[in-house]
Amino acid sequence: MNNELIVTSSPHVRSQDSVKKIMWSVVLALLPAVFAAVYFFKARAISVVLTAVVGAVLTEYIFQKVRNKKIAIDDGSAVVTGLLLALTLPPSIPLWTAFFGSVVAIGLGKQVFGGIGQNPFNPALVGRAFLTAAYPVLMTTWTVDGVSTATPLSKMKMDGIATDTWNLFVGQIGGSLGETSALALLLGFAYLLYKGYVNWRIPLAMVGTVFVGTFAFGADPIFHLFGGGLMLGALFMATDMVSSPTTKNGRWIFGLGAGLLVVVIRLWGGYPEGVMYSILLMNTAVPLIDRYTRPRSLGEVK
Amino acid sequence: MSMNFKELVKDFTNGLWAENPIIRLVIGMCPTLAVTNTASNGLAMGLATSFVLIMSEIVISIIKKLIPANVRIPSYILIIATFVTFTDYFLKAFFPGIAASLSIFIPLIVVNCLILGRQEAFASKNPTHRAIADGLGMGIGFTWVLTLLGIIREVFGMGSIFGFQVLGEWYRPMVIMVLPAGAFITLGILVGIMNQISREGK
Repeated sequence: MNNELIVTSSPHVRSQDSVKKIMWSVVLALLPAVFAAVYFFKARAISVVLTAVVGAVLTEYIFQKVRNKKIAIDDGSAVVTGLLLALTLPPSIPLWTAFFGSVVAIGLGKQVFGGIGQNPFNPALVGRAFLTAAYPVLMTTWTVDGVSTATPLSKMKMDGIATDTWNLFVGQIGGSLGETSALALLLGFAYLLYKGYVNWRIPLAMVGTVFVGTFAFGADPIFHLFGGGLMLGALFMATDMVSSPTTKNGRWIFGLGAGLLVVVIRLWGGYPEGVMYSILLMNTAVPLIDRYTRPRSLGEVK
Repeated sequence: MSMNFKELVKDFTNGLWAENPIIRLVIGMCPTLAVTNTASNGLAMGLATSFVLIMSEIVISIIKKLIPANVRIPSYILIIATFVTFTDYFLKAFFPGIAASLSIFIPLIVVNCLILGRQEAFASKNPTHRAIADGLGMGIGFTWVLTLLGIIREVFGMGSIFGFQVLGEWYRPMVIMVLPAGAFITLGILVGIMNQISREGK
């Protein structure tokens, strides 16, 4: 009632959404992927996910405590980072590595820049990039049902062996915990779309570019769509509210650039998978993209 | 001779902390990031740079009145290059192992902006005894940070310090720490900690 009489300067935001609400919705949207991970990788998935989440929340708490900031671990953003990181890890990862990755993700990826809203990179990907560079062997050992196997992308790259498309889509393949099941990821993303908490331009541009790009250069586009971390990256990481562009045109450019980088790295690069580096590289370009796609103010003369 | 002892001490300690070349002025980043993957590499690079810095500060502060202002930069570079060549041959003759691991970064000391910067900012304006104090302070300041960086990166990247294994079999080395990315991360955290310390001191 009192709110009606408050006089403030613009912008007059009337939304009832808050960081907390959005972040917990993202957690909810990630649950199908977590369940899929538990289904395919059994108890191992549960322990990796729990370790990463606990690591992320604990690091966030310690940083906020030491820096005398308000303790805001209940806003869910650290939980999202921990979940996302866990979903990018191989199931056979030692638990201490997952924990350490979360510490790096929150510590170096987010808190050193000033906490939520200040990070130029997606924190979960910073954690994963650090782990990939620090422990390359641990990060590229894949197992399904206790049997070591290569990911579909590296099978394709090293040996030229394709994988059955239905298995790719559902997730019965080697790979990181959360990247294998495109179906579960799409389910979660649909929920976020319905709530209006996510922009569709970046994923559409990114996935579309990979589809067209791989097709144009003679690779199997369906395979490249579902055969790696593209779905997880495009749907949940490239769309990170903090580290992606704010303008509509900027989002198209961001998705297009990330998609192109994925195609380049996968088809000609040394790594079988390039989603992580593509998104991180495009993150660095976000301030520039935002600057050059700023909509003109009403009546502004160039 | 008007030797002001207090002034000399201040010139010397300036480089150790208040105007430390790496953590305060953030100059000379090329060797800082490139060769600090082990403690001994960091120490050797620090000492080699310090030697060149001190010797060229001495020479330039002596002959500063003879150098015409508009050709002073080439003149400084020539003097610096003389001592770099000296260092390069010395290391190759007596410490071939270190010379091999530092490789191109020894000749590159010539373009280290710390050295030229101190000639321009200090040696060309001050008497020789003060230039020696400044060179010593800056050199030691450069060396201790380089060595510390090297120690941190070697411990995490290989589990050893100066080649001696300090962490046991249980430790799994982080490959990233001996790669260039590890240098950026370590230096960033180090500068952050140093800033925090000097802020609390005030």
